[in-house]
Amino acid sequence: MKKELKFVVNGNPYDIWVEPNTLLVQVLRDELGLRGTHRACDSGTCCACTVNLDGMAVKSCSILALQANGREILTIEGMANGAELHPIQQAFIDNWAFQCGFCTSGQIMASNALLKENPNPTREEVQLQMDGHLCRCTGYNMINEAIRDAAGRLQAQKSQEKTK
Amino acid sequence: MKNIIFDFEYLAPKTLEEALTLLSQYDEEECKVIAGGQSLLILMRQRLITPEYLIDIKGISDLDYIKFDEKEGLKIGALTTHRAIEKSPVIQKEFSVLSEMEQNLSNVETRNWGTIGGDIAHADPCGDPAVVLIALNAKIKMTGSSGERTVDAEDFTLDYFETALHHDELLTEIQVPTLPPNTGVKFTKFSQIVGDLGLASVAMLITLDENKETCSDVRIALGGVAIAPMRAKKAEDMLKGKKISDALLAEAGQVASEETSPTTDVQASEEYRRDLIKVLVKRVGNEALARAKKA
Repeated sequence: MKKELKFVVNGNPYDIWVEPNTLLVQVLRDELGLRGTHRACDSGTCCACTVNLDGMAVKSCSILALQANGREILTIEGMANGAELHPIQQAFIDNWAFQCGFCTSGQIMASNALLKENPNPTREEVQLQMDGHLCRCTGYNMINEAIRDAAGRLQAQKSQEKTK
Repeated sequence: MKNIIFDFEYLAPKTLEEALTLLSQYDEEECKVIAGGQSLLILMRQRLITPEYLIDIKGISDLDYIKFDEKEGLKIGALTTHRAIEKSPVIQKEFSVLSEMEQNLSNVETRNWGTIGGDIAHADPCGDPAVVLIALNAKIKMTGSSGERTVDAEDFTLDYFETALHHDELLTEIQVPTLPPNTGVKFTKFSQIVGDLGLASVAMLITLDENKETCSDVRIALGGVAIAPMRAKKAEDMLKGKKISDALLAEAGQVASEETSPTTDVQASEEYRRDLIKVLVKRVGNEALARAKKA
């Protein structure tokens, strides 16, 4: 029997009805059409489906959609500001932090939560925070560099805003 | 596309009382409790668990807390996330072994949503928290419609994925006594990939006498090497009242490995797991000892 799910995704409020056995990733992709969140291992082992829930990185394949009731979700589609990419997205491009891109949206959403909590992480801190994310292309070094590059860009952006 | 998880009726109580009432309304076979669901949803996806009713207790905010005072010790609400324990300043200060354990439990995404109570109630024999809690001499509080009771952490898990919880009870709190003076605790798991469940794990608590010479109390908890997390009591007896040396720890490791009953699976053989215990008891023992001397 369908149940009501009220939540906010990328700033937009939604009031929809879903079957209880639906996972959050399914609602995002199939009901809301937000296909930037990728469904890969589907068993909580690869973190490709990572989104932000109330600011925390979580795996959308490992949460029932109804558990997101009353919560705020941010997906990769909510990162860019119109045509202008988010600094983390731009840093991933500039640092060659992906090839096939399948894991990238999860990597970026985890980075977003990480940099909110720790705006200037060390290489080791990035490793610790991102250790659940599997990437079969890059060998991880460029991802780590991109995240620390993004940290610098975000801080520069912040101080620029302050002087405005 | 059909959903991979079988259909069920979803119930989301907002209070403990509501949850207990719901639990008493359904048979054990037809209902299941979900908290963070980081282990349960995998089993439901594999259709190893197919409940008709799923009681989601994640929203019971009254069970999400960390309290500490010197006399009462540490109290952790069952719905506290792994991440909250990892990041808690009071736990980092008073029970650093708990936050160290959490740092290597799965990954940040799992720790952000998964709960300590869910982990323990799931009762995977390779789970990390139960092993550390046994070494810390913790108690598990369970609440049912007829009242509360507590059991020692070492008596909570009975078998693979089976616990002391009655069907109409929920695990509600974890209680950890304040550490005695001159005490050191250390936990290590051995896994092939960072964050994986351990092939074997060891937590040791060592308390030294006032001169910091002889061992006045010791607890050795082992994970992944029996149907449930266990204590190596014969090995503990070897260390009690003695001056702990590297050689004595090596002997204790040998005895501890003989106390285990591991199984062979795709990840490791029985012999390999026993060997890990032998090595880890000595290693973890030395580190707990060093901490006790510094405490």
